[in-house]
Amino acid sequence: VTVADAGEDTRKARQPRGRAPGHQLWRRFWSRHNERAGYLFILPASAHLALFLLIPIGFSLYLSFHEWSTPGFLGAPFVGLENYRDLLQDEPFWRAMRNTATYTVLSVPLGMAVSLAMAVTVNRRLLGINVFRAIFFLPVITSWVAVSVVWITLLSPNAGVVNYVFGLVGLPPQAWLDNPRWAMFAIVIITIWKGAGFQMVIWLAGLQSIPIELHEAAAIDGANRWRTFWHVTLPLLFPTTFFLAVTGVIGGFQVFTPMYVITEGGPLGATDVAVYHIYKRAFQEFSMGYASAQAWVLFAVIFLATLLQLWYVRRRGETSLA
Amino acid sequence: MSRQRMRERRTRVRIVTGEQRGLARLWDTLMPVRTVFFYAMLIFIAVGMLVPFLWMVSTSLRPPGAAFSYPPQILPTTFDLRNYQQLFTLVPFGRYFLNTVLVTVLTVAGQVAFCATAAYAFARLSFIGRKAFFVLFLATMMIPFQVTMIPLFLLVFQLGWVNTYTGLIAPGISSAFGIFLLRQAFLTIPRDYQDAARIDGANEWTVFFRIFLPLTKPALATVSVFAFMGTWNDLLWPLLVARDEEHRTLELGLAYFNASSSAFQQPNWPLMMAASVVVLLPVLVVYLFAQRYFVAGIALSGVKG
Repeated sequence: VTVADAGEDTRKARQPRGRAPGHQLWRRFWSRHNERAGYLFILPASAHLALFLLIPIGFSLYLSFHEWSTPGFLGAPFVGLENYRDLLQDEPFWRAMRNTATYTVLSVPLGMAVSLAMAVTVNRRLLGINVFRAIFFLPVITSWVAVSVVWITLLSPNAGVVNYVFGLVGLPPQAWLDNPRWAMFAIVIITIWKGAGFQMVIWLAGLQSIPIELHEAAAIDGANRWRTFWHVTLPLLFPTTFFLAVTGVIGGFQVFTPMYVITEGGPLGATDVAVYHIYKRAFQEFSMGYASAQAWVLFAVIFLATLLQLWYVRRRGETSLA
Repeated sequence: MSRQRMRERRTRVRIVTGEQRGLARLWDTLMPVRTVFFYAMLIFIAVGMLVPFLWMVSTSLRPPGAAFSYPPQILPTTFDLRNYQQLFTLVPFGRYFLNTVLVTVLTVAGQVAFCATAAYAFARLSFIGRKAFFVLFLATMMIPFQVTMIPLFLLVFQLGWVNTYTGLIAPGISSAFGIFLLRQAFLTIPRDYQDAARIDGANEWTVFFRIFLPLTKPALATVSVFAFMGTWNDLLWPLLVARDEEHRTLELGLAYFNASSSAFQQPNWPLMMAASVVVLLPVLVVYLFAQRYFVAGIALSGVKG
């Protein structure tokens, strides 16, 4: 950087604002401080983003205001807000939203509690602890479809392993997946089994970032292990807790595969969740405009849920997060 | 963490008042009992995690068309490999397998290429609009796939990509998460390396390809592993795009197989379990060899938020 360059910069800044800001931008664009190679480097990813994300987002909004029923382009009648108005009275859609909320409210806190217990258990130096960590993490990497198929057999009413174990402890066998009362609960259990290892790894990273001195200080003050955990560890884990809650809720609202493979939304619509509902509307009934409106409502709900959690954090005064 | 600090960590401070001393001594004498208790707990959870997999393997080794063993045998009692044989003769699982490999390999390669180039520009090149572009990429991470899946399908349909490999691969070859993760990795490399290479006459591409890429192999591995896992295990997008049997992936094939056989009175469970094993096995193998990249990526995504 030379003095001449600096002089040029100040002269530019003094130019009257009315005169061709575009021209100025053009000169800055060609100046040698602008590393134009950057545009070439981001070109592939940006083109991909525009084609497969930005255009679809805009098009999705457009769709939601039209009565779209064929996969062809254009020519669909504009219906304004009618899709959204119909949606308000669409009882099956709201039942699907309620089911999604039930799934999320059950699976997120339970999963977080189970995975925290697992993380605390494996957060110590013992022979072979890495083997246990690897085993706990194993279900995370497996495919939802294969896991679903296996759990269908495990939960089968007559010959399933779960009912066999129930029989051993003297509990009555259940028709897990054929009973509207238990089907969602069964899927929540499968979700926790599959996802706990993922959350465990994140809890573990959080636990290991807590300085040992704080635990020592608590021990000096005479706190026992339980109180140290409750009053020192858990508050310090708040960023992790917050992260898991937010991502868990976002993921919970987007659940699709287990419902598609295990129950197909049944029995009696008990596990018909939002994304499965949207999928059926769009790709089995081909009302794509209406389904797009539903997708936007789902997005709005997810967005509001996230905002709500951010607002809660702000109110608590955790400025580092929000 | 230094070796010294690790040694310090092992010896925890324990300061106890008089009345607690007895309890603390008891706690210390119970050390072996506690260890046994811990292992018991660990093994209990591990069994819970492993039983579904063992059950899957043992059922897949039963004679074709057999019912479940009752009482359930978690460990295999028969070693009948005919189910695996049937899987590739009666059902075109070989085709599904090759489809999945092709789609996954190309998606992973695409993600590494697309994300690494963009991440390099965002981390180490200063151009007008850099920040705006980066924020745009990050913002798109918030949009769930469900919002874009319908128009995306219509787009792919219009392009004539339904029932093609292009349709299966193209939408997945870049990801904002990958860009974000690789940008973090590139930012850890000193700017001096870049400057030194430039003084030696290297152009941007050479700096990127010969210096930054080799130095960030672990991050590239993490992105690859995530892309691999996401693509191999994806159901929703193949379900929309692969409408004929020729382009089905393993996930889709297994899902259809499951749906069609649950119509029968007595589904062929051993065959289905063999199919599940075939779907899971490649991921398990990758996991065995690249375990730390799976964990590193997840821990990173958690800590950095």
